[in-house]
Amino acid sequence: MSGSVETQSSGAAKALLEIDRLSLSIHGKPIMTDLSLSIAPGEIVALTGESGSGKSMTALAAMGLLPHAARCTGALRLDGTDLLGLSEDRLCGIRGREIGMIFQEPMTALNPVMRIGDQVAETILVHRAMGRAAARARAAEVLARVGLPPERVPPARFPHELSGGQRQRVVIAMAIALRPRLLIADEPTTALDVTTQAQILDLLRDLVRAEGMGLMMITHDLAVVSEMADRIAVMRGGEIVEQGSTRALFAQMRHPYTRQLFDASGHRADLPQARAGAPLLRVAEVTRSYPGPRRALFAPRPGLIAVNGVSFDIRRGERVGLVGESGCGKSTLARAILGLEPVQAGEITLDGQPVLSHGRPDPEVRRRVQVVFQDPYGSFNPRHKVGRLVSEPFHLLPDPPRGAARDRAIAEALTAVGLEPGHAESYIHAFSGGQRQRIAIARALIIRPELVIFDEAVSALDVRVRAQILDLIADLSRQYGLTYLFISHDLSVVRGITDRVLVMRAGEIVEQGPTEAVFDKPGHWYTKSLLAAAPILPRLSGGGDKDAEQPVA
Amino acid sequence: MTRNLLLGAALTSVFLVAALLSFVWTPYDTGAMAIAERLRPPSAAHLLGTDHFGRDILSMIMVGARTSIAVALVAVGIGMGAGVPLGLAAAARRGGWLDELIMRMNDLIFAFPSLVIAILITAIFGPGATNAIIAIGIFNIPVFARLARGAALPLWKREFVMAARVAGKSAPRISAEHILPNIANLLIVQGTIQFSLGILAEAGLSYVGLGTQPPVPSWGRMLADAQTMVALAPHVAILPGLAIVFMVLGLNLLGDGLRDRFDPKLRSLRA
Amino acid sequence: MLAYALKRLAFLAISLVVASLVIFLVVEVAPGDPASYMLGINARPDTVAALRAELGLDLPKHERYLSWLAGMLRGDFGTSYTYRAPVAQMVAERLWVSLPLALYALTLSTLIAFPAGIYAAARRGRAGDMGVMAATQLGIAVPNFWFAMLLVLLFALKLRWFSAGGFPGWETPLLGLKALTLPALALALPQAAILARVMRSSLIDILHEDFIRTARAKGLSRRQALWRHGVRNALIPVLTIIGLQFSFLLAGAIIIEQVFFLPGLGRLIFQAITQRDLIVVESVVMLLVFAVIAVNFLTDLAYAAADPRLRSRT
Repeated sequence: MSGSVETQSSGAAKALLEIDRLSLSIHGKPIMTDLSLSIAPGEIVALTGESGSGKSMTALAAMGLLPHAARCTGALRLDGTDLLGLSEDRLCGIRGREIGMIFQEPMTALNPVMRIGDQVAETILVHRAMGRAAARARAAEVLARVGLPPERVPPARFPHELSGGQRQRVVIAMAIALRPRLLIADEPTTALDVTTQAQILDLLRDLVRAEGMGLMMITHDLAVVSEMADRIAVMRGGEIVEQGSTRALFAQMRHPYTRQLFDASGHRADLPQARAGAPLLRVAEVTRSYPGPRRALFAPRPGLIAVNGVSFDIRRGERVGLVGESGCGKSTLARAILGLEPVQAGEITLDGQPVLSHGRPDPEVRRRVQVVFQDPYGSFNPRHKVGRLVSEPFHLLPDPPRGAARDRAIAEALTAVGLEPGHAESYIHAFSGGQRQRIAIARALIIRPELVIFDEAVSALDVRVRAQILDLIADLSRQYGLTYLFISHDLSVVRGITDRVLVMRAGEIVEQGPTEAVFDKPGHWYTKSLLAAAPILPRLSGGGDKDAEQPVA
Repeated sequence: MTRNLLLGAALTSVFLVAALLSFVWTPYDTGAMAIAERLRPPSAAHLLGTDHFGRDILSMIMVGARTSIAVALVAVGIGMGAGVPLGLAAAARRGGWLDELIMRMNDLIFAFPSLVIAILITAIFGPGATNAIIAIGIFNIPVFARLARGAALPLWKREFVMAARVAGKSAPRISAEHILPNIANLLIVQGTIQFSLGILAEAGLSYVGLGTQPPVPSWGRMLADAQTMVALAPHVAILPGLAIVFMVLGLNLLGDGLRDRFDPKLRSLRA
Repeated sequence: MLAYALKRLAFLAISLVVASLVIFLVVEVAPGDPASYMLGINARPDTVAALRAELGLDLPKHERYLSWLAGMLRGDFGTSYTYRAPVAQMVAERLWVSLPLALYALTLSTLIAFPAGIYAAARRGRAGDMGVMAATQLGIAVPNFWFAMLLVLLFALKLRWFSAGGFPGWETPLLGLKALTLPALALALPQAAILARVMRSSLIDILHEDFIRTARAKGLSRRQALWRHGVRNALIPVLTIIGLQFSFLLAGAIIIEQVFFLPGLGRLIFQAITQRDLIVVESVVMLLVFAVIAVNFLTDLAYAAADPRLRSRT
């Protein structure tokens, strides 16, 4: 099987992996029903859908690594052999040799106390494919193949000495060391930055084409899917609702769910016209550094500069985006604006008043800025009722409303974000991720702050929920004339929800300007590389933008 | 497992009831010696037999339970009362000099095992139950301080605590309102474990004569007295030991049961 | 790695100085004057004063602290008030019993705990695991000195395999080892129960990690993944507990020595307490604390050897 491009999408080619009416239940609870799917050699098949759709379980089933309690019916054939009927011994012989797997989180997928070369060599040694020295040499070769040549990244390194992208390359090296015929990748780029993601996707595509492997690629990201896959299967609630070749599927979208996913992925909220007024927030030459690790006992600690001489203004009524990859300092900057962290140089003022005076936050200033965080599950104390959670910022007021006035304010805030006043009496665990983000917004808005910071506020949400929250933010902008700073690593999200954008890299702002202008004609090389790396949805005949404006069910 | 919880609660309550009952009633007076009745095996008159002074072993064990529980309880109280606020303060000022100071002091106390503290205190102030309490209690402080700090640190990074900070709440207030309730389960579980360790420590100190002094009955002293008699009348040595084992076992099962009840993922620090 | 070791070493030195200061001050506030205690109530004041001068008790506090500290650095722990013999010599003799006992117990405890913990983790939730867990639950609840008495009752008095106590010395090493076997077993068993539980839970945590799944995806069997990837990672928290246990074993040895009439540090310190021989108490306590701090230092180094992430951090 010399992975020729011809075989890639022909359904007639003999299937490498054939999933035949696979059903799976755990403790009697159905997880997957009647799943049928096939992958030919050299073909990339994407499994997509929102969280909980059963994508990852499909991957684990193909590896024979399901939890003990899982019960399967149907068949899962690799080259005609049903994997479900195989003994654990036979499966061990197939894993790593015939099927390789790549995981989402490269940090935790590697053994922290083992050298990377040894971890790759282990795949070879466990199948007794060759002797120890030969395995080491082969491991070095494979590492070089995935872009980690020994002269730059020696195989003697430990995982913690590598960057996220390099770690994912090691995981890929482990998976392909024995040239398996089938590769399974479970969200292989979700934990990575956009530029790294593009490199890893290139590597995967290249490996599949060169080695003639079949690739089952699991991802929630439709844009990634559209760029990578020969064929796509859309999953919801443990079922495949639609599958077909990539071009045909995007052209037709027979199932309404596929359409909803597509629309939500490219969704742009309908933002009212900007009406920029007087300057509100002023960030002037702000630098924040942390003491780094001490290199020697008495040597001074080299500083780790998270934010380096950053300056910008936000005017009243402006919606400003802040984009950058992880570790670029955007969250540190957000915490500094909130007065949660001191800065070493520069000043942050709101209407001329510093957010921190003598190292202490000024309540007068703080009540005018509120925040919505990323994690809808971590941002609430599980022991308090929603009413108490939402009204927590009242603490900042010198004379907070009490009794009926307080209840009225809570009801109003909940109604504004599309929830019921009655929800105030429930505990947070009763709510879904999207509802929690609504509650977080209600909490931020209850004291009518002049500036709201959205810190990756929609990053943890599924696409359809994300679209709804973006619409809510646009709605609230229209009603209350919000001023906000919207921080995200996701360029497409920022594009739809802001008037002006700041691009941050390694603690510095490298480019800023009106959102459309920056995105259409990026000036800085870094902005260009970000935009080039970001996967994009295919434009449909009707025009993707217009479709995206349709309301989402 | 609920089985752990039930069994643990049952064993613990038996000793608690026996200890409380001993205030108003014991089968025999533990102060009364009857040399004629010495070293009797268990019988209808003396359910658990008598010791070398002819005292009723059941009565001695009941009063001994009182001593053990009192010492261990106060010691846990000292450890929690001082350790938890210190740990919370250290977590609130993580990385600062206060955190550093508290943690280094903890390390220092850890370098003096409770027996060594007891030896120092006894060498100077003389043996006694109070000194045993102080020795065990001091050693409990770093246990709770470390636990509270360790559990509080990840909470300070959680977004709901950030939200409370954005809402302008002070660190002590956040510690009391958001941190403490979320680590209370862990503290209760550790409390039962330290309680059981306290009972073992009290028995050990009394056994070597550094703890509870005669004539107050205590399990450790009973064992020390029984040591020379072990060949003649094994029950005198075996029964008080069994009392310790069951009491400690009960508390440990209770702790494990509570932990499983609260959160099976929690792991306690048993060292 | 070197910077890490140096930092730990500096911390060790500071800990020792602070600990010595604490011990010195605590002993200093002790009521009663050793000199008048040694000479009895009827001693003439000038005799007492002469003895005070001889013992160096009339010097100012800070000078006495410094000379005590300097002495200890030279290996001179002072002279026992009661026996008029060098404390260092008395301690050294006893150490030859206490230290082997603690190490013997630590070895036994580890030898019992590792297989038990790994076995239980590998069969978690099944009968074998339940059995180990029940046994360890019981093991933790047993006071070691009582367990020692039961061992004496069974193996010395009933079966007569071992003697009930005493120590023949190290002239015949095997006999010495034999005499320490029951005490070491009594010390080790409760600690082994704790260690086995820590090993089990640490290993179970590791077995839930992603990299175990990666190992399985490479084609390693459950058992191979457990041994090659699980045990080494699980060892990291277990090492801390072993380090802590050494101090418990050393202190526990003091009590166990009483059960078996062993001439170790425990006997020395209890005699010293009854005779108000404070300089002996002071020195033995300092020695114990030194041992604990030194072992913690070694644990930290072992930790760094087991975890490469620590080596590059300082």
